[in-house]
Amino acid sequence: MRAEREAARVERVGAPASRESAPGTGAGDPFPLERVVDEDGLVADESRVLLAGEELLRLHRAMVLDRALDERMITLQRQGRIGFYVGAIGEEAAVLGAAAAMAPTDWIFPCYREHGAALLRGMPLAAFLCDLLGNAAAPGKGRQMPCHEAWRPARYASVSSPIGTQISHAVGAAWAARIQGEEMVPLVYFGDGATSSGEFHVGLNFAAVRHLPVIFACRNNGWAISLPTDRQTAAATVAQKAVAYGMLGVRVDGNDVVAVHAATRRARARAAAGGGPTLLDLVTYRMEGHSTSDDPRAYRAAAVVEPWRRRDPIERLRRLLLRRGLLDDAGVERVRAEVAAEIQVALAEAEARPPRPPLESLFEDVYAEPLRQQREQLAELAGAVAADPRVADPRHADA
Amino acid sequence: MAALNLLQAVNDALRTEMRRDPRVVVLGEDVGRFGGVFRATAGLQAEFGEERVVDTPLAEGGIVGAALGMALQGLRPVPEIQFADFAFPAFDQILSEVAKYRYRSGGQFACPLVIRMPYGGGIHGGHYHSQSPEAHFIHTAGLKVVVPATPRDAKGLLLAAIRDPDPVVFLEPKRVYRAARGEVPEGDEALPLGQAVVTRPGTQVTVVAWGAMWHEADRAAREAAAEGIDCEVIDLRSLQPLDLDTLVASVDRTGRLVVVHEAPRTCGFGAELVALTQERCFLRLEAPAVRVTGFDTPFPYTLENEYLPRAPRILDAIRRTVRF
Repeated sequence: MRAEREAARVERVGAPASRESAPGTGAGDPFPLERVVDEDGLVADESRVLLAGEELLRLHRAMVLDRALDERMITLQRQGRIGFYVGAIGEEAAVLGAAAAMAPTDWIFPCYREHGAALLRGMPLAAFLCDLLGNAAAPGKGRQMPCHEAWRPARYASVSSPIGTQISHAVGAAWAARIQGEEMVPLVYFGDGATSSGEFHVGLNFAAVRHLPVIFACRNNGWAISLPTDRQTAAATVAQKAVAYGMLGVRVDGNDVVAVHAATRRARARAAAGGGPTLLDLVTYRMEGHSTSDDPRAYRAAAVVEPWRRRDPIERLRRLLLRRGLLDDAGVERVRAEVAAEIQVALAEAEARPPRPPLESLFEDVYAEPLRQQREQLAELAGAVAADPRVADPRHADA
Repeated sequence: MAALNLLQAVNDALRTEMRRDPRVVVLGEDVGRFGGVFRATAGLQAEFGEERVVDTPLAEGGIVGAALGMALQGLRPVPEIQFADFAFPAFDQILSEVAKYRYRSGGQFACPLVIRMPYGGGIHGGHYHSQSPEAHFIHTAGLKVVVPATPRDAKGLLLAAIRDPDPVVFLEPKRVYRAARGEVPEGDEALPLGQAVVTRPGTQVTVVAWGAMWHEADRAAREAAAEGIDCEVIDLRSLQPLDLDTLVASVDRTGRLVVVHEAPRTCGFGAELVALTQERCFLRLEAPAVRVTGFDTPFPYTLENEYLPRAPRILDAIRRTVRF
């Protein structure tokens, strides 16, 4: 029963059906799946490839890094070297294609699978890894679970766990920029699960009513932990939800980085020109569990994932690069090796830092200046540690 | 100096700060063209335009969430929640986002904003137009919580809240929005947050209150004086940060404490004040501290005067404490 339902889902949003609904052939389909590069790396309409070779190579490298990082960190979590991880395996094109289409001064409001975008924006890999370790050099000072990063120099906002809360932040930032006369178009990411949240409704409605320049990017990966999208919404597509808000909705092959980039760039140009917000429905697939705390075998047959392996976004881009002669097999290997080395160096650097932030950092940044009770409680805690070092001994923490 | 009521003082503070600082924006339900259901923002849109005085769609979470985004982009937003009772749809934004944004980003980001909300009973508002949710906010690290009782304090504290680097929940005692009148300075001078004021010096018992209930405490103290009981009355004004020194110094002198608030008793802020004073004044106490509060029920409609800790109940508590 479940397998049938999932098969139906694949049929509905999957590539084979969508290929028929490409622009020009999608008569009657108001939200045809936009695609530029097919699974074999073939391009039907060259005019729709807006990325120069150099940009394609840069995106390819970023996607390979994102994938390699996720794989390595999942291993690290299993080794007990980090506590948790939530990756974007299979969703790299949706994350990076959208981010790459934005101006460097546009805010990014992430969900929690977009660290690839933070790195693309210049967050040093070692800093991200320090955040995963929660160590003394972590930009987040070890206060949040892994994959809840923030990076102010790149206007990459702070990740939280509640679903959809970042959506209205993007709306407010867009409003503020309008008042300030700054051309700034926020990009906000969320998953298909978030489309059920009140935050989704509130944010999209507000932006549409006030014609605000915001790009709402739904990483529609088919799953919200164990719940498939057809149990999340009765709508055939996420894109069509835009209609009721009075905004443009665009459905894109989220595994085609060229298409994601093109659609996002179009949406950004439109927003910057006063055309209002866009909802991007980036149709992709969560190839792994929700996080390292999840085991998808409990709710998802391995067979339903198989068709998506052929649609792997990195393989597709690789085929395009090979066909265009921008990269050869040796070049692909070279990128993989470079990325692996980069991770290794950054990891060594991160793991060399003191593993625990200082005690006083627990009480900093609650307010701009600690209040009386934070000062008193720091003294109390320091006294408790002095009296019995087990208070601050991580080996003593297990229940 | 001008004689204003508390509502006019709030309006004056907003207008003053919007003139002084172009980063200040006001947003909320009905705050623009209409000037707010209580008229707290009356005339602001006419002066500052629709971009800075924003009529939002009806969704409190979106109001606070958008305000957070505005703050990240460099504005000083002052969102209004029409009634404090409707802050609950925005709790995820206030507790999970606004309160934690600085901390969770390791201090990379901050979101200075002031969430104004009329609170409290005594206006025949039933469950959903009468509550006093201050304890929820005080319990959430990262928020400051301010409650003025007088027009002068409303203006001075609101100016300070807007200039503060941290998010502030600004609770306005709507029961005395018009009843509380007084002289308000015309300039743009802020009053510091975190300073209580001893509004009536006394020797026998310390009576602590804030917001609308300060007026009731003051009345009870005057009635007690007629009976020969000398009360010291403290208006806390700022609940977070708390001026503990003023409270402790007073209780050290009087040895007796009566705490008044209209929120339900269990886990109300009175419980915290009693705990803090017994930790610090234990050997000086002459009687158990007493809480005069709303009851552990939803806020009632017909029996709201019985529910509210008005002067007669406070006076009774003062007598019992002094005679203990």
